[in-house]
Formats: sequence, C-alpha cells, structure tokens
Amino acid sequence: MDLRAIETPPGEDERAAVDSVLGPAPAHEPPLSARVTDERRTQLLPTLLALQAQVGWVSERGLGYACRRLGVPPAEGFGVASFYGLLSLEQRPAAFAHVCDDLACKAAGAERLCAEVTTRLGEKSWARSPCLGLCEQAPAALVTVAGQRPLEQAFGHATTDKIAAALSATPVAAQTPHFGGTGPRRLLARVGVVDPSSLDDYRAHGGYAALREALVRGTEGVLQEITLAKLVGRGGAAFPTGRKWEAVARAPARPHYVVCNADESEPGTFKDRVLIEHDPFGLVEAMTIAGFATGAERGVIYLRGEYPLAFARLSHAIAVARKHGLLGADIMGRGFTFELEVRRGAGAYICGEETALFNSIEGYRGEPRNKPPFPVHSGLFGKPTAINNVETLVAVLDIVRDGAAAYGSVGTSGSPGTKLFCVSGKVEKPGVYELPFGARVDELIALAGGVPGGKKLRAVLLGGAAGHFIGPERLHVQLSFEHTRAAGLSLGSGVVMVFDETDELGPLLQRIAAFFRDESCGQCVPCRVGTVRQEELVARLVAQRPLGSVQTELTLLNELAQSMRDASICGLGQTASSAIESALALTPFGGAS
Amino acid sequence: MEETDVILLWGSNAREAHPIYFHHVLKAVHRGAKLYVIDPRRTPTAEWADGWLSLEVGHDVALANGVANVILEEGLQNDAFVRNATLGFESWRAHIKQYDLARVCALTGVDPELIRRMARDFAKAERAMICWTLGITEHHNAVDNVFSLINLALLTGHVGKWGSGLNPLRGQNNVQGGGDMGALPHKLPGFQDVEDASVRARFEQAWGRSVPPMKGWHLTQMFEAMGRGELTAVYVIGENPAQSEADSAHAIERLKGLECLVVQDIFLTKTAQLADVVFPATASFCEAEGTVTNSERRVQRVRRALTPPGEARDDIEIIAELSRRLGFDFGTPTAQQLWDECRTLSPMHAGMSYAHLEERGGIQWPCPDEAHPGTSFLHGRLWDADATKRGPLAPFQVTEDEPPVEALDAEFPLRLTTGRRLESYNTGVQSQGYASPVFRRETIDLSGADVARLGLRDGEAVRVVSRRGAVVAPVRVDPGLKAGLAFMTFHFADEVDTNLLTIDATDPKAGTAEYKAAAVRVEKLG
Amino acid sequence: MTRRTVQLTIDGKQASVPEDATLLDACTSLGIETPTLCWAENLTPVNVCRICVVEVEGARVLVPSCSRKVEAGMVVHTDSPRVRTSRKLVLELLGSSVDMSLSPIFLEYSKRYGADPARFGPKAPKAKAGERDAAVPGHHHAPDGTHAATVAQPVKRDNDLFLRDYEKCMLCMKCVQACGTDAQNTFAIAVSGRGFEARISTEHDTALPDSACVFCGNCIGVCPTGALMFNVEHDLRAAKKWDESKQTVTDTVCSYCGVGCTLSLRVQDNQIVRVTSPSDNSVTAGNLCVKGRFGWGFVKGDE
Repeated sequence: MDLRAIETPPGEDERAAVDSVLGPAPAHEPPLSARVTDERRTQLLPTLLALQAQVGWVSERGLGYACRRLGVPPAEGFGVASFYGLLSLEQRPAAFAHVCDDLACKAAGAERLCAEVTTRLGEKSWARSPCLGLCEQAPAALVTVAGQRPLEQAFGHATTDKIAAALSATPVAAQTPHFGGTGPRRLLARVGVVDPSSLDDYRAHGGYAALREALVRGTEGVLQEITLAKLVGRGGAAFPTGRKWEAVARAPARPHYVVCNADESEPGTFKDRVLIEHDPFGLVEAMTIAGFATGAERGVIYLRGEYPLAFARLSHAIAVARKHGLLGADIMGRGFTFELEVRRGAGAYICGEETALFNSIEGYRGEPRNKPPFPVHSGLFGKPTAINNVETLVAVLDIVRDGAAAYGSVGTSGSPGTKLFCVSGKVEKPGVYELPFGARVDELIALAGGVPGGKKLRAVLLGGAAGHFIGPERLHVQLSFEHTRAAGLSLGSGVVMVFDETDELGPLLQRIAAFFRDESCGQCVPCRVGTVRQEELVARLVAQRPLGSVQTELTLLNELAQSMRDASICGLGQTASSAIESALALTPFGGAS
Repeated sequence: MEETDVILLWGSNAREAHPIYFHHVLKAVHRGAKLYVIDPRRTPTAEWADGWLSLEVGHDVALANGVANVILEEGLQNDAFVRNATLGFESWRAHIKQYDLARVCALTGVDPELIRRMARDFAKAERAMICWTLGITEHHNAVDNVFSLINLALLTGHVGKWGSGLNPLRGQNNVQGGGDMGALPHKLPGFQDVEDASVRARFEQAWGRSVPPMKGWHLTQMFEAMGRGELTAVYVIGENPAQSEADSAHAIERLKGLECLVVQDIFLTKTAQLADVVFPATASFCEAEGTVTNSERRVQRVRRALTPPGEARDDIEIIAELSRRLGFDFGTPTAQQLWDECRTLSPMHAGMSYAHLEERGGIQWPCPDEAHPGTSFLHGRLWDADATKRGPLAPFQVTEDEPPVEALDAEFPLRLTTGRRLESYNTGVQSQGYASPVFRRETIDLSGADVARLGLRDGEAVRVVSRRGAVVAPVRVDPGLKAGLAFMTFHFADEVDTNLLTIDATDPKAGTAEYKAAAVRVEKLG
Repeated sequence: MTRRTVQLTIDGKQASVPEDATLLDACTSLGIETPTLCWAENLTPVNVCRICVVEVEGARVLVPSCSRKVEAGMVVHTDSPRVRTSRKLVLELLGSSVDMSLSPIFLEYSKRYGADPARFGPKAPKAKAGERDAAVPGHHHAPDGTHAATVAQPVKRDNDLFLRDYEKCMLCMKCVQACGTDAQNTFAIAVSGRGFEARISTEHDTALPDSACVFCGNCIGVCPTGALMFNVEHDLRAAKKWDESKQTVTDTVCSYCGVGCTLSLRVQDNQIVRVTSPSDNSVTAGNLCVKGRFGWGFVKGDE
C-alpha cells in the first residue's frame, strides 16, 4: 500500500553506510511518510555512493533502508541506482577496477591491457569504463576498495601490476600531469606552483584578491565586468556568462543557486580535473564570487565520480575556507553568506548536461529536462540557477581582479582571453595547454611536441566525442569560437586528440558509437534507439557488410543523424553523430568515396 | 475538492475505502493544500497527512470541541458568518469553554500543539473542507459526532462556498440515492416529509393509492421490533444483515424468528439462506438500467452491459410482479418511465431527464428544470447579503464527549475498531469473486507492543473474544496501530465473522451501530 | 482573472490562443492534426516520443509541440521536410525496436509518413527472460550490425489480473505517471536502467504482488501499445478469439463505494473483457481502483 518499504532490515555495514550520510536513524523511526520532500531526496545519490564505497555494492537491503530513511519509493530508488555506471546492483568483489577503453586509452593500447588484466586478475575483478579523464596519461584505470574506510585511486599509465597493487589497497603514486602553453598563464597560473592543500600558499599567489575586488566592485560591478569581458561558457555551449549571471541576479524567485558543472566526462577532456586537483581554492573562490554576483547563498559543485583526488582536495579546500570565514555567514565581514558543497557523480556522462545534473543532485535519474524553461529561471530545485563549467568560473577570477580590458589583451576580438586545451593521443607531451584564443591547431600540436616517432598525422578529434574529426589538411584552423564555428566545427570542451597513421579510425568510430549508445539516458526515442541504430550501422560499414549499398547506408545515417540532431531532447543526441559523420567524410569505408 | 486549501479527513481511510475520491485529495495536496487526518490508526490515508491526529476511539466530540475552543480563544472565528447565518452561538460558546486543551488532550490523547496547528490552519484557510466517513458515524453517538463537525464549519464559515464545506463520503454507491428516493423511515422521494399531508396528497394522486401517514422504523428499530415480535415479515433487497449487523449472532437469531423472510439478491447470501423465499436479482451496475446518486449528489446513469444469468430478473420486474400478485398491477414500467414519474414528484430531480443526464455525464441535485446545470455546492444561501434570502439559519448544536458504550476493563482490555481494506468490500460477497493479488485473509491487526506483551508472533492464530462472541484469526502486526488498539474487517465473514464481536449499541437518532468500538481480549490458542 | 491571448503563425495561418497554451493546443485550435504517442490529456506532458515535433523559426532544433508553450509572434511549421524526416525516423526507430502492432494510431502515422522500419535490417531474436532486466548501464555487447536490436522479451505474468508484455513497451512513461503523481500516487513502478536498456520496472524487478502495486490498473488504462493488458484479453487474443466486431462498450457506474466512478465495460460474448473509465470524466479522470477495474468476477453473465 503506497510507498511500501522493502522490509528486510539492513545489515550492520549497510546501516553504517547509509547512516554515515544521513546520521543515525531516530530512536523511534517515524512511520514512512508518503510525502517525499526535495530536501530529503537530494541525499539519495550521496547515500547510494556511500553504500557502494563502504559495502561494495548497492544491495537490496541497503537500497531499501536508504529509501525508507529518505522517503523515496523503492521503485524510484532502484530507478536511480540502476542509472549510474559506478553503482553496482550485483554483489562484486570489494576491490574492483575500472579500466578505461575509451578513445585516447584505446589508441594507447587499452585493449592489450584489458586482455592482460583478465588473464592475470580474472574476469570478476574489473570492468571496462568510458573515459576516466586521464587521457594525457593513457591508459588509465580507477580502482576502488570498499570498506569502512574506502580507498579510491585513479591513475594513468596503468599496467596490470599497478592495477593489482591498487586492488590490494597499495597506494599507487599519482603523477603530475604535463601543462604548458603560450602567452600569459592565467587559468594555469597556480597549477603546479602552489600547494593545493594550503590556503596560505594560495593567498601568497594572489588568492582571494579577486573576491576582495568583487566585494569592492559590488554585484553590479562584477556583472558588468563579466559582460564586458565577453566571457562565454567553456563547457561546450559557449553561452555568455554575463547574461546568464545577470538573469539569475534579477530573477524574482528565491532562493538562487550557483552550480559548478565539474562532471567533466566528454571523452578526451581532463582540464577541469587538473584545475581542481592543483588549484582547488581557485574554484572555491570563483564559486563564492558567482554566489555574490547572482544573489545565491548556496552553491553546489557537481564533480564527476571518477575523480577521487580532485574530490579530496576540493573537500579539503572547502573545509579550510569555511574555517577561515571565507565560506559561511558574513564572508570577509561583509555580511554576505555563501555555503558550498561538493556532490559526486556516479558514472553517467549525461549528468554533464546541466538539467540532467540538477536532476541528479535532486535525487532523480540524471535525465535532461526539456528547455525552456532555462536554468536561469528554473534550475536546481526549480529555482533560478547559474550553472557554469569549472574553467569558466576560474576565468572569472582574472576578469574580476584585473578588469575586462586586461583580460581581453590577448585572444581574438570574438573570443577574448585564454583557453585550456586537452591535448592527448599521439603527441610527445600530452597535457593541458593554455593558449590565447586564435592559436592554430598545428601550433598547439607542435607545442605538445608533435607526433612522436616521425609518424604521419592521420586525424585530429576536435571538441571530443561530440565534436569533429579533421584531417591533416585542416590543421590551420584557428582555435576560437568564431573561427571554429565558421569552419563548421566546435571547440567543445577543448579536446585536441591526435591520431597517427597507425591508428585505425574504424574501431575509434565504433567506440564513439558505443559510447553514445551507452550514455544515452534512454528518455527520448531519437537518441535511445537512434544511437543503437547508429552503432549497428557503423559496425556494418567498418566490417564492409552494408545493408544494400554503402550509399543507402550513408543516406540512412544522414537521415538518422538529422533526426537525432533535430528531435532529441538534449545535446547528447543532438551531437551523437557529428564525429562519425565527420570521420566518414575523411575515411571512406567499404569502397564509398 | 482540488481547489481547497485545508482538508480535514475525519474518521476516514479514504485512501483505501474511496480511492478515486482520494485522487482528488492528492491533487489538492500536490497543489499545496494541507491535509489533516483524524483517525486512531495511522492508515495509508494518514501517511499523506501534514498532521495525523491519533485520537482515542470514540472521543471525536471532545476533539472537535477542543478545536472549536482553540479557534474561539484565538479569535479566529468568522464573526460575520456566525452573526448572519447561525443560531445559538452564545450558549454553545459558553459550553465549549469546558473543552480546554488540557482536558481535550486527556480525553483524546492527541498532542495539544497538533490540535492548535490544525485549528489555526482550518480557521485561517480561505477554503477548507471537512470530510468524514464511518469513523464518525459508526458510533453510538454518531449524530453528536456529525453535529460537532458541522459546528466547526459554521464557526469558521467554511460552508456554502466553492472549495469549502462538509462532505460525508458514502460507503456504497447508492446510499445517497437510496435516501434521495425515500428509502428512509420518514421521507418520500426528494426528501419530502411523509408526515406532510400536502406532500402525501401529491404522491397519492400520482400513485392512486394512499400513503401511510406515519414514520417507519429504521434498520436498528426493525431488528428491535423483530425482537419484540412486532415485526414478523421482512423483505430484504440487496442487503446481508446476517453478516453486516453488529452482534451478528443476535441478528441471525431474530431473522430466524420471523414468520416470513423474503430476500432479493444477486447472491445466495447468509441472509438468503435463512429466507423462506429468494428472488434472484440482477447486478444493478451492469445488468440493469437506472440511476444512482454518488456522494457528491450526482445522479448518474447505470446501464445494462450484460444479459443476466439464469432466472435472475431485474429488481423492477420482480417488484412489479410481486405487486401484481398482491393485487395491484402497475404493469412493467421501464427504468426510464419510473424515473420520469419520480421527476414529476421530486422537484429536486425534475430537470434530470435521461437526455440531460447523458449530456452532462451526471447532474448534482437540485436540478429543477432541464436548462439547469445542477448544483455543485449547497447552503450558498447562508451567505446571501439579503437576510430574507438566507432562509432558516444554521443552529450550533451543543454536544458532549461520551466514551464508547463498552469501556475497557481487565477482562476485555483491547479496543477493537473495524473498517475496510482497499481490495475488499463489506461482507465480501462481491469482492471475493476476483483474484486480487493483494487479498489478505482476515487478520486481527495489533500493535507490535501488544503482540510482544501477549507473547504472540506475527501470523499466529489467536482467539479474539468479546462479551458477545469469539472468532479465531491470525495476528498481523500493524505498525500503524498504537498499543491497546486492534483492527479487523468483516470482508471475510464466512471465515472470520467479525461482527460476532461488535456491539449493537446504536445511535438513538440515526440508528447506526457502534462498529468502531468494542472491547475485546486476545487469547492464545491451545 | 482573465488569461491573455497570444498570436502566432502556424503553417501560414494565424492562431490566437491563451498564453499558457502549448503549441499542440494552438495546432489543434487551427484544426492541424499533430501526431502524438506519449501525450495524453490527463497526464503531464513528458515529451519523450518526439513524434509531435514542429519547426519554430529561429530555433536551432525542432521543438516538442506537446509541452512547448506558445510565445507571441512565433512562426511555426508543422509539415516541413525537417519535421517530416524526424517524424518518419521516430516511427521507424520505434517500429524497428518495439512491437507496435496493437497501436492502430501508430500504424496510421507510419503510413502517413512513409515509415519503413525494415531499413534497419531484420529484427534481432527475442531476449531471454530476465536478460534485459540484468543489463548494467554503460555495458552492452558490441553489435555486428546484422540485426536490429529490439526490446523483445517474454511476457511477464505474475498475477491473475493483468500482465506486462514489454516487447510492446515504447517507454512513453504514461504508466509511470499514472502510478505516480498524475493519478494513483503509489509509485510501484519507475524507469530503471539507462539508454536502450531503460525499462519500466518495480524495485529489483520484483513481481508485482510483492511490490507496492495496488492493482488499480490505471497503468493499463493509459498504455497506448497493449504492453499492459488484462489477462482475459491476452488469453482471448492468444486463442484467436478476440473479436472487436462482437464487442460492445457500455458506460455504467461502479457499485463499490459512494464516489460514483464511471465504468466503461467492454463485453464480448456476454463476458466483461476490459474495464476502463473515460479520461474526461469529472469523477475519475480515467482512473479506477482495483475493485472497479477488476472486481467484477462475481458477475458471471449468461453464458
């Protein structure tokens, strides 16, 4: 009858895991209330993550207990749990490895690694994973050891030995990523320079000067400066940040929220991870400024679940900032209140879509909402919300501190300032590069040391799995929003993944097609079924077994791509064909030309 | 319903007993309306409440008067409405002063803060409704219970307005219609008084027969009359009193003592098995034509979808035939012809031709003519600015707390209350005909504390004993029950005849029995 | 409180509708028939089937007319080549993956838009019982492209009243909505899994009698594809005895309580074979409880 609870009581470990998030159950548990409130439900995903981390899986009893504590219908709790790749509804070994077989890792021999891991460690101890965001250190793995004190390690240059060590809870040395660039170092100013755990060190390198300046400029001043700087979103959609913040600041509904989209999951993207791991206070300060400018007293950073180190460092930074009065009530003695928390994702690319991300925070399945209404009017908990990518927020620090004019001293007229690029694949020095907008693709590749071993470049994937492949003849494209747009491309999240002549595009396309099929939330027909049909079609093309002629296949793909682009609810379906279509223009399959 | 702001569901487990009505409640709740549920048990209905007032069984008057007292103390009453539309306020007000919160809490066991919160929300609401079911009426003081709720609506002016009012939720599909059609001891169709000579004259002219000028007996009085030997012949249509009457052993004894018992039913019920003559009838909702009236006074058409089985005949046909053999042949009118005749005699039904009913999908009475859309709420006249158009004013009724007739004692320490479950219906003769996966057999539901105290375990068969009888049923632990409270239904009367336990103490005015409060004990078997 | 009206242009015609109207409402007001599958008048629009998409000038992508609110001055095309292509593909994608044979409206749309689901190749064989329920998000067997994947799987029959034939489920969400806040508020079922493995299920795919299900059957009432079906009807169809030409539908009133729910009794050979309620009924809004929907076993009829 109504909200029926799963009646089997939880085991001690399950109870402990749930209670670690929700606090101990009251002595007299109130009867299950059929009225679910948003405030309780928002704790669902953190609770499920705690079960996964501490018990090693989301058991029926554990889920039942979590649902009862939170007043969530068990069927809906199950619907949420079964949505995320990092949550297991089947019991599995406490020590478990996720081995990335996505694009960069595939090009770096992930298939060999997978085969070896199976042989040496057995089938049950690991699973394949989509991009882990360690592309510059491909191949990568994430190893979790469940227990009361769970251990999570993500590492690159993965080998079977390293994975075996991590599975036995031995720490695997973290590697410092490579970063470089040309021109002023703004976004990367403190990366590799400061001690990411030290607020003093952060301040010694200019930290919190921007917030101080923001308080001087006032809300209107900050909004004006951001607008003047022509800052646009760095997550892929390139929406003007000033307009977004202004809309939230002026929205009559209360409360307002600021949300940081740190669910960096676009294959080939790892810049936000690097920023958070090496400059966590920068993001905390930037979020505080965003809260100040938009009239929000609460901020949430949604960090992808595969980034344990970033989570630890960010959590630490938030705790330290709070202790020093830089978060909480009356920040810097100016009567301004701002609370900040980190929420972790649980393995779902789609949660990088802003409205799916809200649903995920609220404790629902990470399914995108139809827009409009847009987040500035109805975002997190249906309230006006400014949601920004990590890199966008960090860029705000320079703009607020030095002013829009100084910010625009580099870059192009349409895209002032600098941009981070995630260079991976077949280059000598993969890593995060900061360049003024307008640099050319070949300049960037040269900066990264070029293609190793004297091999020829075959193609570059620009913008990620949702982006485009370009051939060697188009490397002169300038990296700015207006130049890529004019070339029919997109900067996306700043992915520049390089493939050489030894890399077969066929398997890469199949991986991309599989990725979108796996990551489609399943809500709308064009994307849910279209990504399946696309993967089947690509398989036929690669195997040179077309249904009918290659031409009929290409026509079919074209119509499929058009309807996914036109009729899907969100960006995932809308872009699921772009890389594949662009690659087919480069590489004829099955004799088509 | 969906547009009200505060709903008091008093003695009603609508989530299970009136599921589709409760959909409308939930629409209001999702819109932001506050829901208070007043019920000793934490029912599935109470699960949805903003406030659940778990009162001691049978102290509804005390609670309602306590609510009134809070409203008066805090000055939240609707003075203008009380002044313009009611009678007897001052003396009632003086009486209500005795129901201070301390006393009310002692009587009802409800948290005073909760009472205060409900009183404020109810009184301050723009629109508010009180709905009740058998938790109010199946008591020996049923009428006082209802009066107490009416007092609250009068005090706050939550009556006679859109989205406000008093709603008794009818337990059966045509309880309202039965009343509308004069199946009451003192009324003719359209609630016209049988003791009014001018009314009788109109009916007599139409029917060509005289109408007895005095009130009849209601059901309980009929059984009492059987006991006295005054009533010797009974014609039962579609009722199963052998199982549905409180203290059923006693009821069966009386039915057996009749000289003549005629039963007209679609089943060979326990009552029919006692009968001298049984008329097999058709299932009214799908094998016959006609109208019914629902809880919101909406007259609706029922239609024949199936050919009835065997010798079953339509109720009208049976009655007409019986009448013919008794010497008065009124032919074999169709349901529509009878209805059209009724419309000429009952002004509130006059506008409800079959065509009009069809067009509107049912019409709420009164509907005086065919251009009239029906009436969505009553008593709007009380708000009329023109005092002459307000009609008779609504009186406050002084009511006193009266505990259930049967007090708990050492011998019978548990309070047994009865009700319905979602998938079943009354004595189960209809609802046991389908294979609901949610059927539970009858159980005696107890609190975990009592089960532990009595050394029982979930599912163990026990003997439940009252002063009138005993039944055997398995124990079910219900977390919605407080210690001291037990719950049963009479859905599976053939297996567990719960009404062997219930008490036939009845309300002197309404004649309803106190199904909601018996004293029992639970014994281990063997 | 008067609602303002908004003017917009649809297929060259002027529409004038209340400001809170949807594009679908506006199309309907002009007599432009827009195909819908997941939309229903008594449920909140979920805009997931995407068959109702229309082209709004200035918008980058097509918009779902069922949920998109009108705006003053919008210029809308409902039959442009882009719209036709997307509608056709939606029909082909559904037709190639779901058994839509019991949805007459789907078959009609397919004809109208020239949909040919066979373009994606022969259908893959039916999954084994439980196979789709065991799917893990982010993992699937790589296809070789010789067959079109489908949701075909054995029927789930775990009680005596109704069954779930998810081979016919197009994930329109109507059943979840009817079980949830749009009507029943029981929340016995929800979407689980992700992507093509998304499915309607109880918690841990437990059988309905062990779930929160109260067997009101309001999910059956809204199911557009016959995935949710009375056992009686399923058995008649399986025995090839289902014959709509011999059926009548009669509206009457339920006798189980005083609420007065209208029942539409579908009768074949003097047997009730399906019970629904009109979705525009003021009492029920199309919903019933277990007794009204299924509690007629006592009426045997004259066989």
